[in-house]
Amino acid sequence: MEPPVREKPRLVPALIDAALAAGLAFLLFCLVLGVRTVDGVRGLTLEPRPVLLAVVVGIVFIGRLALNLFWWDRDWRFPKLPFTGRSEKATGARAAGDIYRIGLILIGLAAVFPLLGLVLNNVFGANLPLLYLIDLSILVLTYVMLGWGLNIVVGLAGLLDLGYVAFYAVGAYTFGILATTFGWSFWMCLPLAGILAAFWGIILGFPVLRLRGDYLAIVTLAFGEIIRVVLQNWTELTGGPNGISNIPEPTFFGLEFAFRGDNTFHQFFGLPYDPVYGSIWLYYIIFMLALITNVVTLRLRRLPIGRAWEALREDEIACRSLGINTTLTKLSAFATGALFGGFAGSFFAARQSFISPESFTFIESAIILSIVVLGGMGSQLGVAIAAVVMIGGFEALRHTDSLQLIFGAGFDPTLYRMLFFGLAMVAIMVWRPRGLVSTRQPSVTLHKDAGAISGDLVSEGRG
Amino acid sequence: MSAAPAEMPVLRVEHLTMRFGGLVAVDDVSFEVRRGEITALIGPNGAGKTTVFNCITGFYKPSEGMITLTQTNGRRYLLERLDDHVINAKAGVARTFQNIRLFPGMTVLENLMVAQHQMLTKGPARALGSLIGLSAYRRAEQNAVDLAASWLERVGLTARADQAAGDLPYGDQRRLEIARAMCTRPELLCLDEPAAGLNARESDELNGLLRSICAEENTAILLIEHDMSVVMQISDHVVVLDHGSVIADGPPSKVQNDEHVIAAYLGVPDEEVEAVEKEVGG
Amino acid sequence: MEYFLQQLINGIALGSIYGLIAIGYTMVYGIIGMINFAHGDVFMVGAFIALISFLGLMAIGVTFVPLALILVLVVAMLLTSAWGWTIERVAYRPLRSSFRLAPLITAIGMSIALQNFMQVAQGARVKPLQPVITGGFEMFEGDNFAVTLSNIQILIVLTTIILMAVFWLIIDRTPLGRSLRACEQDRMMAALCGVNVDRTISLTFVMGAALAAVAGLLYLLYYGVIDFFIGFIAGIKAFTAAVLGGIGSLPGAMLGGLIIGLIETFWSAYFTIEYKDVAAFSMLALVLIFFPSGLLGRPEVEKV
Repeated sequence: MEPPVREKPRLVPALIDAALAAGLAFLLFCLVLGVRTVDGVRGLTLEPRPVLLAVVVGIVFIGRLALNLFWWDRDWRFPKLPFTGRSEKATGARAAGDIYRIGLILIGLAAVFPLLGLVLNNVFGANLPLLYLIDLSILVLTYVMLGWGLNIVVGLAGLLDLGYVAFYAVGAYTFGILATTFGWSFWMCLPLAGILAAFWGIILGFPVLRLRGDYLAIVTLAFGEIIRVVLQNWTELTGGPNGISNIPEPTFFGLEFAFRGDNTFHQFFGLPYDPVYGSIWLYYIIFMLALITNVVTLRLRRLPIGRAWEALREDEIACRSLGINTTLTKLSAFATGALFGGFAGSFFAARQSFISPESFTFIESAIILSIVVLGGMGSQLGVAIAAVVMIGGFEALRHTDSLQLIFGAGFDPTLYRMLFFGLAMVAIMVWRPRGLVSTRQPSVTLHKDAGAISGDLVSEGRG
Repeated sequence: MSAAPAEMPVLRVEHLTMRFGGLVAVDDVSFEVRRGEITALIGPNGAGKTTVFNCITGFYKPSEGMITLTQTNGRRYLLERLDDHVINAKAGVARTFQNIRLFPGMTVLENLMVAQHQMLTKGPARALGSLIGLSAYRRAEQNAVDLAASWLERVGLTARADQAAGDLPYGDQRRLEIARAMCTRPELLCLDEPAAGLNARESDELNGLLRSICAEENTAILLIEHDMSVVMQISDHVVVLDHGSVIADGPPSKVQNDEHVIAAYLGVPDEEVEAVEKEVGG
Repeated sequence: MEYFLQQLINGIALGSIYGLIAIGYTMVYGIIGMINFAHGDVFMVGAFIALISFLGLMAIGVTFVPLALILVLVVAMLLTSAWGWTIERVAYRPLRSSFRLAPLITAIGMSIALQNFMQVAQGARVKPLQPVITGGFEMFEGDNFAVTLSNIQILIVLTTIILMAVFWLIIDRTPLGRSLRACEQDRMMAALCGVNVDRTISLTFVMGAALAAVAGLLYLLYYGVIDFFIGFIAGIKAFTAAVLGGIGSLPGAMLGGLIIGLIETFWSAYFTIEYKDVAAFSMLALVLIFFPSGLLGRPEVEKV
């Protein structure tokens, strides 16, 4: 038998196609990239940048050519990722156990990581940038918690909420205002922040009860914007664009983490002052909060209310025909999601010591929503991984020394971070529209070896 | 309240009228569904059967008329005034849908558990206790699983209990929908074309299932159906609709020979029925 | 009274611009059920292209205003349509059969990418343009306040009316319009009847982008200054307008645009300017409570 003859790479059509793509790129970029508007003496003038335009068009040409020849219609395939396949009935049972085990391992790692770092640094003399790493982890964990909170609304109940940042803001400002006006401590304000946020969650829920899908989305988005505008302009209460500063950090059972003072942490324990201690304390606080969010969510999923949320997502009319009051179900989903958002918000205020409306823009809601969708709706593990990837990746883009080597010293990547971020979002969704973890665990099973359900069957809800 | 006498109808529809703008879909329809009986609502396409259903189960608010549901314990509910979910939760009317509305991403068992939502959340103590895992809740949940398991047994889906409902073959999905409706412990079960798309064997099984439900569960059944074999074999009482009005009401044998019914299905105007019958020799 | 009339005129002009953008949103939603989050930023790109075209023409020495306008209009519409087409092909088409949220996230990513691209490419500062169309008519005077109708406002309203008429003709009378309406109702059936669904959808995006380009040009002429961020806020408002008017309805989009423009103008004039956006959004929430499908929208009846 003759070995199968591979067709000669279709060079000519590929070239033509690449040329067309390059032509399109030229059309798109000739004005907006090819010339630059420069402030001149009498208004703007144009400064042509033909080299840049040529480079960009060239990259498009080469890239498209490479794609044509080597990527599309290729003979080789990527290896499959675990628990992300379709209808994996046979491996379903294994997948369910896997997710559980991986989750536990990650939680364990996260629990010991700061102490481990401390030991490595102080006992073994390793020179890890511990403060930086812990601060980054705090940021990531905050988004993980926010993702889990939004997951209740979007992932479980299928209600498309584009204004989740509003509850984050309510939590933050509640703590900020109470702390700076009445001097209440973080622990006292925490439950209040959550309750107030949950209250607003219910308020938001009412007008959107009858709305479906994208109408729901736009109203929630509007709500988020309304809150932000109010925060920006109600100066007497919120400090307006200047925000609220000097918000106290949470104490370690009464011990402060300051450098000076009579009741400080390092004095009590006889240690030299190190800002890491304060950070580690904050880390454990957010870790606990996130863990609580996770545990509560997993528990609620197994309860009638959680099942009602998921049933609502699957088919609202069928729910009603089974006697479920979908109004209460929707409101409870909003309220619970908002509750955790509020907790996260008050933590954010405590960590930053300063809050302003700038931190609560629509982009934040979009990022949190992206984390939920990227993670694979309804999956706790997926959301966590997505948060780590997105926020960690975003931070990594700050680390520019290597990039500067490639692009030259004048390259300032902070400008490009958001651009890459947006493009990465597009790329990831095109690659994995169902998210990273696309299987769903049933909340109750009859047989012991039940497996996970493929993501294709799970509805995304119509609001 | 004393228990209602056995002849008291479970459902009494009186002068039901439904108008959509200028169109009168249901016009002065009255009939009864009696306990322990299977009542079939039949008629040509567009006769208004599903509209009547939707009025009974609360998805439409009737323009006129009264729908009374009388429970075994004698309590009465006026369905035309209630919300759809209340009709199920309080009055005890369950339904299935023409286009099957399961929860496709949830397992068979989960579908049945969702149906028992009311039982599992009755009373604040149970609702709160569920959060902490109080034994009262756990017992209730176990009871719910047991009830679900017994229904799975009855409809032959035990082996598929942990499969996604969306993955089931068509006939299984239909049976699951019925089992799910029964898990709400209804007084009246409304089935919208339960035999649609089933082959002869599956239809027979369905007949057996419905008959046993009616006899053993003290649940009256009202069904819409086009499959005449199902209708004639299992119904005790047939109501025929055409163009929104009742044109016949009685036991199947009587309705089968009613000339107006024949005319409606043949598409022949009433006056010509006799002539056509003579021709056809009926 | 005169003040009121002036605000009325201003509101209609602003509302027309929103309406033009809103049409793009509503057409895309009507045909593929997707919120094109990046549409507002396509409007922004159109405005930038218009700006650069004007600067270019002035550098060459073309100063005859009507000629410059026409040239800029053509260039802006063409190039912005190319952007709209490309975005659809790259980011949305691969996800069309996927579930509903994926294209939304992609659109958000695209929106972020476009804003930052423009920021990187042209700088973050605001970009002014010297007034191209000046002058107007003083309608009448009273109470020391003169009600003026500026030429640019006349241009905006006229352009909008002409475009609406053209679009109505296209949708109602041409084969393309029929294909569009068919795809809106039942995509699969339309495909079975021989409609090239992919091309129809692409053309929908192109048309929406072209309208957004016109809106961008008009915005540039009206306000005289643009920056990379105008797309976001205008986009949200235009989408609000589309939903308000009833998504899927072209006249609804224009009506919604006018309402939002009027609310914004009147609120800024009679109350406070800071909360004008809140007023518009609150109006949206209120309307949707009573008209869940918008003012002119067809209620989506779910068959039970």
